Amino acid sequence: MKKILRVMVISLWFGFLTFPFMGNHAGLLIVLLLAGGGLWLVITTLRNTKTVKQWLERASFYQQGFQRNLNRRDRRIVLGILLVLALLFPLFNNRYVVDVAVMCGIYICLALGLNIVVGLAGLLDLGYVAFYAVGAYLYGLLSINYHTSFWLALPLGALMAATFGVLLGAPTLRLRGDYLAIVTLGFGEMIRIILNNWDRVTRGPNGLIGIEAPSLGKKFVFSQPIHYYYLILLIAIITIFVVNRLNHSRIGRAWIAIREDEVAAEAMGINTTRMKLLAFALGAMWAGLGGVFFASKMTFISPESFTFFESVIILCMVVLGGMGSIPGVILGAIVLVVLPEMLRDFYLPFMQVDFSRARMLIFGMLMVLVMIFRPQGLIPSARRKLELHPKKDEDILEQKPEFVYEVASKSQEL
Amino acid sequence: MLRLHNVHTFYGHIHALKGVSLEVNQGEIVCLIGGNGAGKSTTLMSICGINKIRQGIIEFNGEPIMNKPPDQIVAMGISQVPEGRRIFPRLTVLENLEMGAFLRRDKAKIREDLDHVFSLFPILRERQKQAGGTLSGGEQQMLAIARALMARPKLLLLDEPSLGLAPMIVEQIFKIIKEINEEGTTIFLVEQNAHMALNLAQKGYVMETGQIVMQDDAKALLRDKRVREAYLGE
Repeated sequence: MKKILRVMVISLWFGFLTFPFMGNHAGLLIVLLLAGGGLWLVITTLRNTKTVKQWLERASFYQQGFQRNLNRRDRRIVLGILLVLALLFPLFNNRYVVDVAVMCGIYICLALGLNIVVGLAGLLDLGYVAFYAVGAYLYGLLSINYHTSFWLALPLGALMAATFGVLLGAPTLRLRGDYLAIVTLGFGEMIRIILNNWDRVTRGPNGLIGIEAPSLGKKFVFSQPIHYYYLILLIAIITIFVVNRLNHSRIGRAWIAIREDEVAAEAMGINTTRMKLLAFALGAMWAGLGGVFFASKMTFISPESFTFFESVIILCMVVLGGMGSIPGVILGAIVLVVLPEMLRDFYLPFMQVDFSRARMLIFGMLMVLVMIFRPQGLIPSARRKLELHPKKDEDILEQKPEFVYEVASKSQEL
Repeated sequence: MLRLHNVHTFYGHIHALKGVSLEVNQGEIVCLIGGNGAGKSTTLMSICGINKIRQGIIEFNGEPIMNKPPDQIVAMGISQVPEGRRIFPRLTVLENLEMGAFLRRDKAKIREDLDHVFSLFPILRERQKQAGGTLSGGEQQMLAIARALMARPKLLLLDEPSLGLAPMIVEQIFKIIKEINEEGTTIFLVEQNAHMALNLAQKGYVMETGQIVMQDDAKALLRDKRVREAYLGE
């Protein structure tokens, strides 16, 4: 009885949440109400079902085993196969699909950059899109006013974004958690509002039109999605390579220490000020690169492309994929770019309702589901696993009394 | 080795240290005792450079260090075991220890020191692949001390190593502190557990509301009437 009541309440709530999408379809209302209740039932039963639990556990077991047991040679082979697939990909797909893949590439760079700040250094940045905008507008303005080459703008954009990263980082060094999030959010909005209102330079909401596409020599100008595809593939590979090296370097370890405990990190002799600024700069850099590329691909940019929502999506990619995990973040970026595209064609024939209007809703629902079933992300980094699924460690904690005794007797041997 | 002269530290408007002077000589164990909020931890944080002092001198081996950033002070050979242990909970025991050697680049010697701290704390060797946060309180304290040792300090600062631990474990830890000292590391110990600290140390300072109110031989302080009343519960 209680359960039925609960299902009803949840259905109503779901109906209320989805109200704006219904328009004047009475039928849809009923469907959504049922869907809400049904969904809740399915989720709760699934969560408590043994098979699903086992299935999830087994999945993460295999994945862990896969990650751990691959030796260097095997890993090279896997990466090689992936690279060949990526290289051949546009040859077997139409322009639209390749175009989506190009967007995936941009977001992979963005998400990997944000992963440095959020995933490794643990600094919650909600204004990350500002650096993307900096890169895009830098190239846009240089191209329109001075016909600067794309290839020169690429490193300039990275440098400029890194500088802005330091500019944002410096005043926020003392802030943590929620406060930092608010300040970075404000910074992101500031940049967008400046772009929107500084008419003389940025042409305000009209945006910049006629940005030049990249070219190789005089003859070859980038025009097809496939051209951009190979370019962004190269940029993404460089990003992955550098971020991976950073992750395993002393700098990466320093970031992780700061994320874990800032005071302790300082006591270990880590220069926290420098390391945090470095995280902001090196994170922003990739957004700058992505921005230059984005501007050259679109040949048109306006402040509309750099809203808070973009920051949120990029953050979602990092969290969904698994904070701090490079393969996870890449997967997160791909999923969150491809999914909304797939939902574009989502259509219920018997209802004559075009679900593409509700695609963001469905998208959000899927996010919620992932977070319920796999809070550590799709491919979590080893450390997140320790935090959220301390399975083996729990067993140890349960044995605590003997455990302490054991310590005592062991130490006595000294 | 370490000398503080007339050190003043503030938290905003709060005058936390009001002219602290003390001295730690090479090879000694010196303890600083006092109640809650007396300024003991602030003293340590000031030595490490994490809290900047407003006035006074802090010297290490004759060199003023009060204006140096914490990483340089660690590099000079002062290592701190912070209050409440502050281990990195999600890193493994081994990674925690590696973090302690962050400023060092001599890989072979780091390896050696790792073996050394594992011989001091055998339990850590067993648990090296386990996340630091899953250790018991006593083990975490051992890890915190081991981590500080990984920096190969000349002077080890310990902030309340007995905090929240069972008496038996405290005794073990103090035994190991003594051992570390016998190997040649100078130790400056801050403690509320005055009895344990004064028994271990050669010299003691007593702190009240940001000032050193007494200083003497540790054995003499143990016998002192005021100390016995205020800190030993008699």
